[in-house]
Amino acid sequence: MVEFALPKNSRIMTGKTWPKPEGATNVRKFQIYRWNPDDGKNPQVDTYFLDMDKCGPMVLDALIKIKNEIDPTLTFRRSCREGICGSCAMNIDGINTLACIYGLDEIKGDVKIYPLPHMPVVKDLIPDLTHFYAQHASIMPWLETKTNRPAKEWRQSIEDRKKLDGLYECVMCASCSTSCPSYWWNGDKYLGPAALLHAYRWIIDSRDEATGERLDELEDPFKLYRCHTIMNCAKTCPKGLNPAKAIAEIKKMLVERHV
Amino acid sequence: MNFLTDRKRAQGTGASGKGTEHHWHMMINSSLLVVLVPLFVLTFGFGLGGTHEEVLAYFGKPFPAIISALTLIVGVIHIKNEAQDAIEDYMHGVAEKLTYIAAGAVCYTIIAVGLFALIKLAL
Repeated sequence: MVEFALPKNSRIMTGKTWPKPEGATNVRKFQIYRWNPDDGKNPQVDTYFLDMDKCGPMVLDALIKIKNEIDPTLTFRRSCREGICGSCAMNIDGINTLACIYGLDEIKGDVKIYPLPHMPVVKDLIPDLTHFYAQHASIMPWLETKTNRPAKEWRQSIEDRKKLDGLYECVMCASCSTSCPSYWWNGDKYLGPAALLHAYRWIIDSRDEATGERLDELEDPFKLYRCHTIMNCAKTCPKGLNPAKAIAEIKKMLVERHV
Repeated sequence: MNFLTDRKRAQGTGASGKGTEHHWHMMINSSLLVVLVPLFVLTFGFGLGGTHEEVLAYFGKPFPAIISALTLIVGVIHIKNEAQDAIEDYMHGVAEKLTYIAAGAVCYTIIAVGLFALIKLAL
């Protein structure tokens, strides 16, 4: 049964408020979710203040500045700093997005940062994406062929290659899946928008020869049909992709195969 | 605690091979309701305001009776399918199965009672 309230040990408490930078005139308040599995305490929201005249323009710049200059225990994932690796996905100002490409100027008022919703937290802003990655692996995200390997390469027309646009760009940041209420309630069985977008990317690939098997693997009330076209995935995707459309295309293919 | 690999946990018991028929039926029902609901509102509206005998005579005519019956059957089956989705979303285990059976029983009872009333009016 769905639970609508957090368990006692997950309720968020008010945390530490760090001092304001001295002499700064352009100060901004950051409220950041903190949780340490080792101290046995409830999660808390710590408050930090940054001098925006000495801070970069992106949310990730602010997080790095906090970690470097105020609180080295603040924990978060980051790598490429340009929206390619998908590491720094988190909930910023109520939106799942990448901290590295989300501008501080896009946020009005205090900056509130939480980990991706409805996922187990490893520490602070780091969600446990183990199951998410396993679901991605389960859709066989690679080219499946049965024909003997050609001497040179698997050929693809320009038109067929174009069908992969809007799909291959996904960086697996999990912003979409963790914004989906269906994934919140049934994430153990529902594959979620990210895995399904990748599934469609391989289904629609003209070189792939396992289309039928891929569709067989998706034809399930939970794996695929938990998508109720809520569209949070398309709204939140930091890369501007549309997983809901990809899921609708899979459903269309299954209906065409069925009827 | 089960020591399952992440892949086994994600894979579960595999795909059931079902769901498409339910999805397709929902699309058909929705399309039918787009036509039936306005027709039902119109026919029901024309029947309003009359005396008891006039209303009985009106629903004794084939067109209002058939539209009402079709709207009742398609609408309630659509509600039943939607309820199934909601139950699968929010409930699990034995409670899910019992609620599903109860929802089905209520829906089929509504259809039966509605059809009985319409037939009684028509005859």
